[in-house]
Amino acid sequence: MKKYVIKRIIYMFFVLLIVTTITFFLMHNIPGDPLTALVQKLPEQTKANYYAKYGLDKPVWEQFLLFLKGIFTEGTLGESIRYPGRMVKDMIAKYSVSSGQIGLTAVGVGFLLGIMMGVVSALKRNKLPDKIISVIAIIGVSLPTFVVASVLQYIFTVKIQILPTMGWGEPKHMVLPVICMALSPLATYTRYMRSSVLDVVNQDYITMAEAKGMSFGMIVRRHILRNSILPSLTILGPNIADVFTGSFIIESIFSIPGLGSYYITAVTDRDFPMIIGSTMFYTGIYILSLLIVDILYVIIDPRIRLSESD
Amino acid sequence: MENRNFTDDQFVIVGCSNADSEKLVRPQTTYWKDAWRRLKQNHLAIAAMVVLLLIILLTIFGPAISGYSYEKMSADMNQTPSMKHWFGTDSLGRDLFARVWIGGRVSIIIGVVGAVITTIIGSIYGSISAFAGGRVDSVMMRIVEIISSIPYLIVVILLSLMLDDSGIGSILLALCLVGWCPTARLVRGQILQLASAEYVTAAKTLGVSNGKIIMRHMIPNTLSVIIVNLTFRIPGYIFSESFLSYVGLGIKTPNTSWGMLAASAQANIFFYPYQLLFPALMIGLTMLSFTLFGDGLRDALDPKLRR
Repeated sequence: MKKYVIKRIIYMFFVLLIVTTITFFLMHNIPGDPLTALVQKLPEQTKANYYAKYGLDKPVWEQFLLFLKGIFTEGTLGESIRYPGRMVKDMIAKYSVSSGQIGLTAVGVGFLLGIMMGVVSALKRNKLPDKIISVIAIIGVSLPTFVVASVLQYIFTVKIQILPTMGWGEPKHMVLPVICMALSPLATYTRYMRSSVLDVVNQDYITMAEAKGMSFGMIVRRHILRNSILPSLTILGPNIADVFTGSFIIESIFSIPGLGSYYITAVTDRDFPMIIGSTMFYTGIYILSLLIVDILYVIIDPRIRLSESD
Repeated sequence: MENRNFTDDQFVIVGCSNADSEKLVRPQTTYWKDAWRRLKQNHLAIAAMVVLLLIILLTIFGPAISGYSYEKMSADMNQTPSMKHWFGTDSLGRDLFARVWIGGRVSIIIGVVGAVITTIIGSIYGSISAFAGGRVDSVMMRIVEIISSIPYLIVVILLSLMLDDSGIGSILLALCLVGWCPTARLVRGQILQLASAEYVTAAKTLGVSNGKIIMRHMIPNTLSVIIVNLTFRIPGYIFSESFLSYVGLGIKTPNTSWGMLAASAQANIFFYPYQLLFPALMIGLTMLSFTLFGDGLRDALDPKLRR
């Protein structure tokens, strides 16, 4: 187990390096650069000085080596070009907090509620609760977050003014964004859970547990939940990352100072250091959540052994 | 042991004058006919199919029906829906009925074509990987693993910027370059699973040639999984496109898509909420119908998975 985790972490850094390389060269192929707008009206010499300051006058591969050197020797991701004087590292640290808060709360709420609804739906199969839950789940998968966000914002600004639709800082600001972002994970987990619970309830060990007089609640907790939760866990990893990246729209609609909205701004401004820094951050989170899910797997289902060859 | 001279009249079928009882009276059902029969019984899936056909027809003929050009501006700005403008007009006085269906063209083309292209690439990649096995397989799967380690939307954003011209083509390319990975995994898994299935082993033991096994067992049994996957991928692409257009990295004006219409309506939501209603309704309805149709198709094509 330990060996496996160490191996995975090394592999993780390898993947991160590849992704960083690809992104770096992709990014430098984007038409336009961060300084075009800034230096438009400046004299030639000032222009050249500006480019030299950020190292943008050098060939791309040299810039890449300098960037890598910066990471390994000083642990820095460079300075934002759009916001001079602010380090990319600090910006990510600052803005990822709000993104993380909403994102993780949304996935948490979606996961727990989805699991519960999936179990109820499967156990009450083809009865009224199942039908109601199925409708909610279908709506959840088919409505894009920005539509839900716009509708909620309209309702809570125009019709009933009990929740703030803008701003950040207090817990009440989180309610609407979390609802929007939790809807799609909720629906996904409900659907996954429903089908895997239906698989499990017909197994012999459930009949066995019933036969030996185990209480219904106990059967659900001990046998059904534990055996049917694996497919949902599989998508939990990608989901966490999706919610982080998917927060672009929610953050801009609800005016939340999160990493998502800064990422989009960085991309449109061609703020190279910020783009590469955030991409590395997102990728890191993504791979890390995949690893955590793999470890959770073994804890929940001892039948799965993390093999060396995997 | 001595009386061994059997005659033919000792071997007659008793109680049946001819072999007609073995004859197939009804026409034989093929796999596809059978699936279609099952699909027809699923009213929800059929309803979804009808809605989809309607939406597709409207995206083809809708702009013509409206009688307005989708890019023609007029003095009738921000009109609420009326007999003159069925879905109202936007802030530049353009007819929303025409715009919604023109936008639908872009959204649906990207959804369907994107899903088809990635499914084809993914299927070919996945099956090559599964058939090659060994080192080739593990290298190919590592590549998939690395590509899928990058958050999807980020790659798409970067690629769509790099390809820059913001037409349907470049968005499709950006979506497809990374979108084939899940399908490749799925197809590889399905083929590996089939290869160890009892009936394939049986066919091998009986001396059936490899080509025939692929034609008779592998392709039909993988095809249903691929088709179902395809229907589920379409709403995903429609969503990705609307996301890109929503954040301003997708289709550019005067061309439009549902995501873009929703984005421009979002700015005016407090004054003209109906402008959001129609594009949002269309995105929702299309994604819903594809999901329901996909569910029905899965049940019809693969009774084993039936719930």
